[in-house]
Amino acid sequence: MAYSEKVIEHYENPRNVGTFAKEEDDVGTGLVGAPACGDVMRLQIKVKDGVILDAKFKTFGCGSAIASSSLATEMIKGMTLDQAGAISNTQIVEELNLPPVKIHCSVLAEDAIKAAIEDYKKKQKDAEA
Amino acid sequence: MKLPIFMDNHSTTRVDPRVLEAMLPCFTEDYGNAASRNHAFGWKAEAMVENARGQIAALIGGDGKEIVLTSGATESNNLAIKGAASFYKRQGNHIITVETEHKSVLDTCKRLQREGFEVTYLTPAKDGIVTPEMVTAAMTDKTVLVSVMLANNEIGVVQDVDAIGAAIKAKNPKTLFHTDAVQGAGKVPFDVEKCRADLVSLSAHKMYGPKGVGALWVRRKPRVRIDPLIDGGGHERGMRSGTLAVPLIVGFGKAAELAKAEMPAEALRLKALRDRLYRGIASKLPETYVNGSMDPAHRLPGNLNISFAFVEGESLLMALKDVAVSSGSACTSASLEPSYVLRALGAGDELAHSSIRFGIGRFNTEDEVDFVVDLVVKSVDRLRALSPLWEMHQDGIDLSKIQWTPH
Repeated sequence: MAYSEKVIEHYENPRNVGTFAKEEDDVGTGLVGAPACGDVMRLQIKVKDGVILDAKFKTFGCGSAIASSSLATEMIKGMTLDQAGAISNTQIVEELNLPPVKIHCSVLAEDAIKAAIEDYKKKQKDAEA
Repeated sequence: MKLPIFMDNHSTTRVDPRVLEAMLPCFTEDYGNAASRNHAFGWKAEAMVENARGQIAALIGGDGKEIVLTSGATESNNLAIKGAASFYKRQGNHIITVETEHKSVLDTCKRLQREGFEVTYLTPAKDGIVTPEMVTAAMTDKTVLVSVMLANNEIGVVQDVDAIGAAIKAKNPKTLFHTDAVQGAGKVPFDVEKCRADLVSLSAHKMYGPKGVGALWVRRKPRVRIDPLIDGGGHERGMRSGTLAVPLIVGFGKAAELAKAEMPAEALRLKALRDRLYRGIASKLPETYVNGSMDPAHRLPGNLNISFAFVEGESLLMALKDVAVSSGSACTSASLEPSYVLRALGAGDELAHSSIRFGIGRFNTEDEVDFVVDLVVKSVDRLRALSPLWEMHQDGIDLSKIQWTPH
C-alpha cells in the first residue's frame, strides 16, 4: 500500500515518543487496542490547571497507527482537557490523508486521548475523596 | 549491490536469462499455433510444446503425456479438485485437505461444500507438519480425494508426501491423492511415483519461469479422470481447451530443466544463505520466533518465516522499504485478518501480526543477506523502542494478563 507523505514523515520522525511515570498525580495514561488485533497505543498526558502541558506516546502497530498517535500528541499539547476531549478521528484522517482501510488507526488515537483524559480525571477524583 | 533487493521468491521469481532466451524465438519466428496440423509453423510449435512437456514431467518423475498445461497453479488446483470431485462423485463425496493449504485449494473446497461435498480440514501440528496418521484417521469409505501440499508458501514447511501418499493408498487405493507442488517442485526432491500422487499442480513462475503458465500432472497408469472446467477445442486431451501459450510453455520447460539440473547445488547454496540470515538476526535480536519446522528435511532451503515479538509486521515492512519481503500481518492483507497459516499453527494472533517471510532465491547473494540482517536488526530495535508492549515486557509485565480492548 502506498502511504501519504505525512504518514511516512511521522513514521520516520515520530514526535513525543516516551514514557511518563504513570503513578504521578499529574499524569493521565490511556492504553487502547489489543496485541491480537495488531495495534496497541499508549498515550500519556501531563496536566496542570486543566491544560495539557506535555504528551508522550508509544505504539505497537502499522505505520499509520504510529503516525496517528504521533500526530495526536502534537495536536493536544497546549489544549485544555475539554478541547483535547473534543478532537475527532476525522481531523487525524484529514491531516494524514489516511485511506479508508486505515481509519481504525485514527479511531484508536481518538480513543487513546479520551482514555488518557479519563484516567487523569479519575486520579483527581480519587485524590479528592 | 542494487536496491531494492528482491527477497520474496515465494510470491514469484525473476525469469532466468536462459529461460528468456529459450522463449524469444517463439515470439518472432516460431510463432505458430501448436494445434495447426497442416503447416510447418504448427508442426514446429507442437514439437516445442512436446519437448517442454517432457522437461516439465522429468522434473517430477512423470511422463510428458501426463502434463495438462494450464494458466497457472490456481487453475491447476481448481481443475484437480473440482475435476476429480465431479468425475468421481458417484464413488463418494468426501474430500480431505489441510488448513494451511493455498487459497486456491481451500476456496475450491469451500465451493464444493456448497455443492454438497463434505470437506475435512486437517489442523497441522504446531510446526506445520501433517502426519500420515492425521490423514488416514480422517479417511472414510466416502473419501474420493486427499489434497496435501508439498511445501507451504508462507512457512516453507515441506510435508512428507511420500509417507502420506503411501498411507492413503494402503488404506484405500481408490482414494486419489493430489498435491500442490508449486512451491516445492524444483526446490526439494519430489517424485510422483515415490509419493504415489494422482494429480500434481505446478507453476512456472515460482521456478524462474514466466508468469501465466502452469501444469496439472494427471496420472495415466492407472488412469485418473477429471471433468474439464473449460470446454472448447478439445486441447489437452479434452481436459483443458484453449490455444496453448507456446512461448510461456517453452519457458516453463526450460525452467523445469534448469531446476532439475541445478537443484542439488542450488538447494545447498540457498540453505547456507537462509541459515546465515537466520543466525544473523537471531544472534542480535532477542524474542524472535521461527514459524514452522526448522528441520532441514521439512523446510524449503530458501524460506525463513520469523516473528519479531512486540513489533507489528507492516510497520517493519515500511522500515524495510529497500527489501521486498512480505508479512503475515493483517494490515498487509485486504481482509484485515492475520495470516490464516500462522493461526492454524496456533501461534497466537500477536505473533502472526509480527511475522515476516523471507524467500531467498537463485539470484540472491551473500552481500544482500548481510545487508538485510543489518537493516532488520536496526529496524526492529527502533520499532521496539516505540512499542509499549516491548517496554511492558522489559518491565516484567505479563501481557497475557492485561485486559485489552479488542476493536
